[in-house]
Amino acid sequence: MTKAILPPSESRRPRGFATFDEDPGVPLLVDESGRPDFVALRNSEDFRELRRRVTRFVLPATFGFLAWYLGYVALSAYVPEFMATEVYGVINIGIVFGVLQFVSTIALTLAYARYARRKLDPQVDAVRALTKEGRA
Amino acid sequence: MTGGNTAINVGVFAVFVLITLWVVYRAGSRNTTASDYYAAGSSFTGPQNGIALSGDFLSAASFLGISGSIAVNGYDGFLYSIGWVVSWLMGLMIIAERLRNTGRFTLGDVLAFRMRQRPVRAAAANVTLVISLFYMIAQMAGAGALMALLLDVHTKAGQAVVIAVVGIVMVLYVLVGGMKGTTWVQIIKAVLLILCVTLMTVFLLGKFGFSLSSIMETASRNSPLGPQVLEPGARYGGTPLARLDFISLALALVLGTASLPHVLMRFYTVPNAREARRSVVWATWMMAIFYLCTLVIGFGSLALVGADTIKKAPGGENSAAPLLAFEIGGAVLLGIVAAVAFATILAVVAGLTLTASASFAHDVYANVIKRGHAEPRQEVRVARLTAVVVGLLAIVGGIAANGQNVAFLVALAFALAASANLSTIIYSMFWKRFNTNGTLWAIYGGLVSCVVLIAFSPAVSGTKTSIFPEVDFAFFPLGNPGLVSIPFSFLCGFLGTVLSREKADPAKQAEMEVRALTGIGSGLR
Repeated sequence: MTKAILPPSESRRPRGFATFDEDPGVPLLVDESGRPDFVALRNSEDFRELRRRVTRFVLPATFGFLAWYLGYVALSAYVPEFMATEVYGVINIGIVFGVLQFVSTIALTLAYARYARRKLDPQVDAVRALTKEGRA
Repeated sequence: MTGGNTAINVGVFAVFVLITLWVVYRAGSRNTTASDYYAAGSSFTGPQNGIALSGDFLSAASFLGISGSIAVNGYDGFLYSIGWVVSWLMGLMIIAERLRNTGRFTLGDVLAFRMRQRPVRAAAANVTLVISLFYMIAQMAGAGALMALLLDVHTKAGQAVVIAVVGIVMVLYVLVGGMKGTTWVQIIKAVLLILCVTLMTVFLLGKFGFSLSSIMETASRNSPLGPQVLEPGARYGGTPLARLDFISLALALVLGTASLPHVLMRFYTVPNAREARRSVVWATWMMAIFYLCTLVIGFGSLALVGADTIKKAPGGENSAAPLLAFEIGGAVLLGIVAAVAFATILAVVAGLTLTASASFAHDVYANVIKRGHAEPRQEVRVARLTAVVVGLLAIVGGIAANGQNVAFLVALAFALAASANLSTIIYSMFWKRFNTNGTLWAIYGGLVSCVVLIAFSPAVSGTKTSIFPEVDFAFFPLGNPGLVSIPFSFLCGFLGTVLSREKADPAKQAEMEVRALTGIGSGLR
């Protein structure tokens, strides 16, 4: 249906991105009318790398926080005696774990924001550079 | 209420309404296009939208309900807070950015992206309307209960008038301000609420020598449960069923938040996925601070006011925070806390009304009835008209539900959102084969199973706290259906897809997959 075609000459001008200056011939993944060719984009190495990077963080992080949260709930429901063990004054393990849920949530949020800024956003830009809107 | 000053309460609240109406009027004066009305022209920044998100999410049930629940049930009340904070991780890592990249105004945009438009949009709109109405009626009924407490309005008729006033002001916000005005109301309210709870918390900590342990120790001496109030099990301990019920509730809380339609719609008010991500980061900070404060406020009110006084007060457990405010700051602080609580109800209901009206106008009117050829001005007019109708329904429903057990309506909204929306969002983003049939099965399977299980649960009949305590048709033993209805919805989506011969559209699927992660084709950025 559609295939990778060379960009029209005007979009080959250097745009301040070093890679384009050196390699102006990277083909745009667009169809004849200039619309992004999504099947080609999805199969592109850049997009597959983006997807790998997303999965590498989000999959373990999601299962991790769900397990930690549901584990905490299960501990409260099924071994309340353990959660009632006092550790500091009247503050018990349950309260400490509860506050740790807050801490871990904030920590994971910041970790994801940092990971996204460093590893995901540049890769998103790389995929977008395969289309006209990414090079405009 | 003991020592409360009605004039101060009404005065502070009136000032809030006047200021916000003025802000809404200024913000909304150029509210003509569909994008302005539904998504504030996507002009908010991440931090602004993050604060507004927390404003939309922190309902009166959170503020009065959670601090009261901690004061009465201790540790078990705290578990609610944890679920609501942790749940934002789901929104951050899975929902926010993909939703912003894929859709324009509503959840229907995303779910119908690669499916047959009309049935899926109609289903998405149905779910949005049902969830919004349940959530809204709970809030409105809560307003009635709050009034009994704060303004000394004890007759049903008087409370009905108050509920109607809340409804009218809320519809005004939405009509005049659209999404932009409503967002500013959320921001003002969220800032007030967080300031209020933070100051109360700092004061309480100072009074007890900055020792949480000493607050909790004093609290446990004032509770009929004694030291057990600090341990798990005061509310959900005992029988195996009660424990299972608790797991079910926890599941609905953690999976429901990021599927609530008014939370989802907020992600469209920012210009791109990166801002959507920033808004969740901000919202998470606000939530964490807020719920840590409610822990101190809950135990603090138990320590300073005592469980007996709280339970005997007109609003029951809900009166813990206002009673504490009166104890430490007199009638003025009580007036402020009352006004903030009231503003909270108002703002949350306005956000829900906007979501419901957008969903009807954009999904049902523009795409189902007009098959995608609606004139934009006409679409906005339909949305405003819907807002009025929804407002009326909420007023009537709120008056009818006044005095009912409202906590279950809120929990039902969470369970509904997690059952009907989450499975569909996740399948359509991550499962290539997922098709129209699967979408419809997942949405309606989750919605219907959730409503049916609730109808036959102890929340509706058979126990002293049920809506119909005299009759017993509760064959489903759990108070919250999440444990059953959420997996059931995933199962329905799977079976609906596998059993139909319809093939998913591979080109559309590729487009959605690329667009969800990169925003290519959305025109954003």
